[in-house]
Formats: sequence, C-alpha cells, structure tokens
Amino acid sequence: MDQTLKTIFGRLSFESLPIHEPIVVGTFLGVAVGGLAVLALITKFKLWGYLWKEWFTTVDHKRIGIMYMILGIVMLLRGFADALMMRGQQAIAFGDNQGFLNSHHYDQVFTAHGVIMIFFVAMPIITGLMNYIIPLQIGARDVSFPYLNNLSFWMTAGGVVLVMASLFIGEFARTGWLAFPPLSELDFSPDVGVDYYIWALQVAGVGTTLSGINLIATIIKMRAPGMTMMKLPVFCWTSLCANVLIVASFPVLTATLVLLSLDRYVGTNFFTNNLGGNPMMYVNLIWIWGHPEVYILILPLFGVFSEVTSTFSGKRLFGYTSMVYATIVITILSYLVWLHHFFTMGSGASVNSFFGITTMVISIPTGAKIFNWLFTMYKGRIRFELPMMWTIAFMLTFTIGGMTGVLLAVPPADFVLHNSLFLIAHFHNVIIGGVLFGAFAAINYWWPKAFGFKLNEFWGKVSFWLWVIGFWVAFTPLYILGFMGVTRRLHHFEDPSLQPLFIVALFGALMIAGGIGAFLVQIGVSIWKKEELRDVTGDPWDGRTLEWATSSPPPQYNFAFTPVIHELDAWYDMKDKKAQAPVEGYRPIHMPKNTGTGVIIAALSTAAGFGMIWYMWWLAAFGLIGVIVVAIWHTFNYDRDYYIPVDEVVATENERRRLLGQGA
Amino acid sequence: MSAHPPHGHGDHANLDHDLHSHGDTHGHGSMKGYMIGFVLSVILTAIPFWAVMTGGLGDTQTTALVIMALAFVQIVVHMIFFLHMNTKSEGGWTMMALVFTAVLVVITLSGSIWVMYHMNTNMMPDMAAQMGGGM
Repeated sequence: MDQTLKTIFGRLSFESLPIHEPIVVGTFLGVAVGGLAVLALITKFKLWGYLWKEWFTTVDHKRIGIMYMILGIVMLLRGFADALMMRGQQAIAFGDNQGFLNSHHYDQVFTAHGVIMIFFVAMPIITGLMNYIIPLQIGARDVSFPYLNNLSFWMTAGGVVLVMASLFIGEFARTGWLAFPPLSELDFSPDVGVDYYIWALQVAGVGTTLSGINLIATIIKMRAPGMTMMKLPVFCWTSLCANVLIVASFPVLTATLVLLSLDRYVGTNFFTNNLGGNPMMYVNLIWIWGHPEVYILILPLFGVFSEVTSTFSGKRLFGYTSMVYATIVITILSYLVWLHHFFTMGSGASVNSFFGITTMVISIPTGAKIFNWLFTMYKGRIRFELPMMWTIAFMLTFTIGGMTGVLLAVPPADFVLHNSLFLIAHFHNVIIGGVLFGAFAAINYWWPKAFGFKLNEFWGKVSFWLWVIGFWVAFTPLYILGFMGVTRRLHHFEDPSLQPLFIVALFGALMIAGGIGAFLVQIGVSIWKKEELRDVTGDPWDGRTLEWATSSPPPQYNFAFTPVIHELDAWYDMKDKKAQAPVEGYRPIHMPKNTGTGVIIAALSTAAGFGMIWYMWWLAAFGLIGVIVVAIWHTFNYDRDYYIPVDEVVATENERRRLLGQGA
Repeated sequence: MSAHPPHGHGDHANLDHDLHSHGDTHGHGSMKGYMIGFVLSVILTAIPFWAVMTGGLGDTQTTALVIMALAFVQIVVHMIFFLHMNTKSEGGWTMMALVFTAVLVVITLSGSIWVMYHMNTNMMPDMAAQMGGGM
C-alpha cells in the first residue's frame, strides 16, 4: 500500500502542504477564492471558447505580446508581495522581536522574489514588448515562426505555474536566486525547493531560447524592402542584440542547471564538496549566463528610451550610428565581465583587475548612449507626456545606479561591499530605474497602438511620482546600510540603531505599492473611459517609426501593403513626403492558422517538471514522451495557413479610412 | 489546404517571397561534396581511435592534444561540407554568427580555465599540491 502510494505520488504527501504557515494558508485561501471567482465569471459569460480560440491558441504576435505583458504584470504583483514581506520583516525584526516570518519562510521569500522578478516579470515584459513591436516596426505581418512564438509563451507560463505551485504544494528554494551549491546540493537542500527552482527555470528557459531564435530570424529575414540594417529602428537593433545574447547565453544556464540536476538526481559530483566536485565552477558558469542576462533585460529598454526620446523631442535620434555600435559593443563586452560578481571568491589580483577594468569599460558605451539621449533632447521641442517623464526619471536614476556600479567594479571596494545592502541597492537602482521605468515608458507609449486609446494621464502621473520617489525612499537607506556593513538576506538584526533606516525603506516600499496600485487604477480608469481617450489616427504621439503607420489596434495582418522604406524614421519620412497609402490593388493575405499544440506541449512539459520535482517518475516519463509524440504529430498537420480574402482586407482598410477622415 | 502553394512553414506570415529573397543564396550541396565530407570525417575520426587504441603516439598528453586538434578540424569539415557554410551564405549572416559564436566560446572557455586555475591555486594550496597543481 505504502509502496503504491509512493509510486504514484513520489514524495508528495499531506505533510508537503504548508498548513503550519498561517501566512501561506491565508494567501492560498485568497488565491483560491479569487481564482475560483475568475473561473466562475469566465464560465458564466461563456468566455472559454473565445479565450481558447482567440487568445490561448493564437499565433498572432500582437496577442502573444499582450499575453506576455499580462503574465509579467501579474507576476510583478506576486514578486512585489514578496518584497513587501521582506521590507516588513526587516523593519520590525530587531532584538527580541523575531518579526512575522520565520527564517525558513523568509529564505524562500527572498529566493522567490529574485527568481520571479528576473525570470517571470522582467523577461516576460521585455519579450512581450519585443513580440508586439518588432514585426510592426519592420513592416512584417508576423514573426518568422508564429507557432513557435505561441509555444515559447506557454513554456514561460509553464515555468510560472511551477513557481506558483511551490507556494502551496511543498516549498520553494531557500538558496537565493542563483541557487549556489553546495547549499543547493542534495545534502543541504534535500527538500523539493531547489527542484522547483531547477524545473521552473528549465521549462521557462526553453521558451526564452526559442523566442530569442524566433525574433533574431524575424529581424534579419523579414524586414520590409529598403530597410537595410542601418535603417532599422533602434528598438529593433537593441532587441536584436538582446536576443543574440539570449541565444548565446541561455544554453549556459540550461547546461549548468542540468549539471546541478545530475548532482541532485543521480549522485554525480560536479559541484559538491567531495569527490573532486567544485562549487566554484557553478558560480563561474552561472554568471557566464547571469551577466549577459542583465544586458538582455536592459538593452530592449535602451531601445524604448531611444524611440521615446526621439518622438517626444520631435527630432531624429542624435547619433543613431553610435547608438548601434554602442549596443553591439555592450553585447560583446557583456561576456567579458562575469567575474565581477565574485571578486571575493579568491582569484588573484591579475584576474580581478582584468575583470574590474572590463567592467568599467562597459560604462563607456553606456555613457555614450546617455549623451545621445541628452543631445537628442537638446534644442528639441520636448513634450512631457508620460513616456517622456519615465525616460527622464530613467536617465537620472540609472546614471546614479551606473555610478555605484562602477564603484563596485573596483575590486578592493567590492571586497568591502560584496553581498552588502549596497549591492542590493545598486542592482535595484539599475533594474528598477532601467528595466521597470522602461517598461512603464513603453506601456504608456505603445498602449494606444495596442488598444486604440491612450492611458489616463492623471493616474499615470500618480503612479509615476509614487514609483520614482518611492524608489529613492526605499533604496537610499539600503545604500547607507550597505556602507555600514549590513549584509543581504538577513532575517533578524541585533543592533537597534539600524532600525530607523529599515523603517524608512519600508515606507518607500509602501509608496511603490501605491505606485503599482495607481498603475492598475490607471489601466482600469482608461478602459472605463476609453471613448474619451480614443485615438483613431493610429499615430497619437506624432511617431516616427512604422508601427504608427497602421491603425490602432493594427489589423491582424498589420499592413495591407508591405511598406517600402527609404529613410531611417520611415513613418516620419512618409508623413514628410505626404505619401498616400494605395486605395486599390489589394491582394489576399497569406496568414498562419492558430494551433493548440503550443498549449499542449507546454502543459505536458510542466507536468513532466512537476513529476521530476516530486519523484513521480511515471508523470515525468508521461510528460516527456507526450511532448515528443505531440511535437511529431504536429509535423503532420499540414492545415496551417489560410488566406484573408480581398473583400475582408478592403472592408478593414475602408473602415480605417472612414475613421481617419472623421478623426482629422 | 488552400489552393495556393504552401510556403515553408516559417514563411506563413511572410511578405511576398520575391521581395526579400536577398541573402537566400545557400546551396544544397552535391553528391561529391557529401562524399568528400564523409571520407574526411571518417579519416578524422579513425585517427583518434587508432591513437587511443594502439597508443601509437606514446605520450598521453600528445594524444589528447592531437585528438582535440582533429576534433576542431572535424567541426570545420562538418560546417563546410554538411552545413554548406561559406562566407557568403545568408548574406554574410552565417559567417558573422559563426565568428561571434567562436569569440564567445573562446572567451568562455579560456576565461573559465583562467579563473578556475587562479581560484584553485589561491583557495586550496594544499589540495592543489596534492592533485598535482591546478585543475
């Protein structure tokens, strides 16, 4: 009997459910009630068919992009809840007060916070932006491999499912977001936490890599005629470099995690302390992925800032060529600096100084970019709309984050500041100030393109000020505490003199919470009042790149006629020359068909991951074989494309012209 | 299936193919090319087997270096004869991707060896001595 249960459920039992953690139980009840309510509403309004046919199985890059954004924003709430819990804990856990989180739970919280924010917030958001914008900016009808795109999204979602499952079934890793051995080895983390970590990242990593390949192929092969590489919009350039980094670096992460899994599952000794294993090799390998990863996150946003600065200054981007080369230089240099994450591990002076210098060198192309943006603004007619406000906040915040980064790049200084709250403040300074501010700039900038109405400005400004001020209130104390020698990931403090700074930091985190709330209200209010915010022109900001040439939201096929490009700012050039879109001569448009295969393969992969985590070998085998069978079966599906008939294209385009006439 | 001829499955949403056929210049090889590649691969594989099985090169370190060198040549043979790579295919993108990959692999491998060697000598002087120095 026992043996049967073990075969079926592996190591999963009733004891695996965290019923002894009141916070988790409360969260579970909240999520369960909320989730059931959503499911009930979807059922009540009979939306399942619509969601399945129009969204889940879609191969339209625009819808997949929107799904990525929703995924990222939902996970932002989860990751931020973890952040608030940490700030709350550290603000009260002094002396006799142990705070409201026990150390076991606290360790999971900070690990989950890091993993979620990087892999399941920042990555989906940048992938979503790239998915939505790239094909529009290069005048294409979709990405190169539309079905693969759908699969990539669902693999990412599969990783999210595993991470979220760890909250209620079993537990998450207690190792920190990179799961360094020997702590992450079976001897020290015998429970399922690290396995959840490994399989969530492996499943999502497949999606990320495939999406990287897809977007590279799209940018290189599907540009509209006339769009040479040096006429490619900057956002596409930075995205191209980010995707090259993805394709080149994610396999390193995959391989490293495979080695760790081998240690944990079959008893090899790659990273253990004995039998010739070397934990330092794991640190080395994971940072070979990890450093390019931070550039993967920031590069697309550099593109966003370039587009926004140029549009809202009413000028072409200053130094386009230097911007492109700076991006390429950053792409290559990002592979030459990984050791600065572990200066203190014990390399000699020559190694440390080499990596310290390469790190400082990276600030040169980055600085060139900042100057390019400043010179773009110089003598421009700047409109301080929300995307521009976020961009300026980025320039101020990111530059300071960059300077603390250069400070940390000095090895002797790093020996003092390594693993301190100064480091925490530094990377939040660049990730929030760069990636997150960029995401908000991008959302405010391209929302009208995606939905046909602008976002509410008042709530956007509330969100902006709460975020920007909240950020500084939350992280300036951490810089100070870091200088005082406070290390990261602490669950309890003895020295009461540190408490006031932690309370200030908590206050800052609460302001950011207000900023997130205001952002959600902004979306809600905008949807509620969308008729007042409606934009029928498709070009609400007087844009310069091709995505503004089509309607908002764009038709399924993006462009009825493939645009021909003569200038860098293609749409600005068309407006300048008063180019008219042809009104006849439409042809049927060849489009890919939706498919459910992506959802099925991702679900099977997630099941396989769950099986591996809990040692349910039958489930793991079922999932893995299922993936192979479904993938092969899909290759025999020849019914993959269709033509949008001319009548439909004509009707869509005429409607667009009618609205334009009305809007003008 | 519609009456229109199917494109490659990647090209569904593509623009009209003729509009951007630039760069599609790669060939698909010939019988002769494949045979040359095959014979070269067999030779390049047979030599390491011979070297290991007979110990014909004597010294193990020389054998290892010879095997690595032949493996590298083998990679190049595969790329030219089986993957039909040349400096012009795909408008130069293939070559650029290859150079980029090579640069990264060199950085990653040589960097890791350098870094790990340093750490081993600095962190574990005794062990390094026991294990014959370095990694």
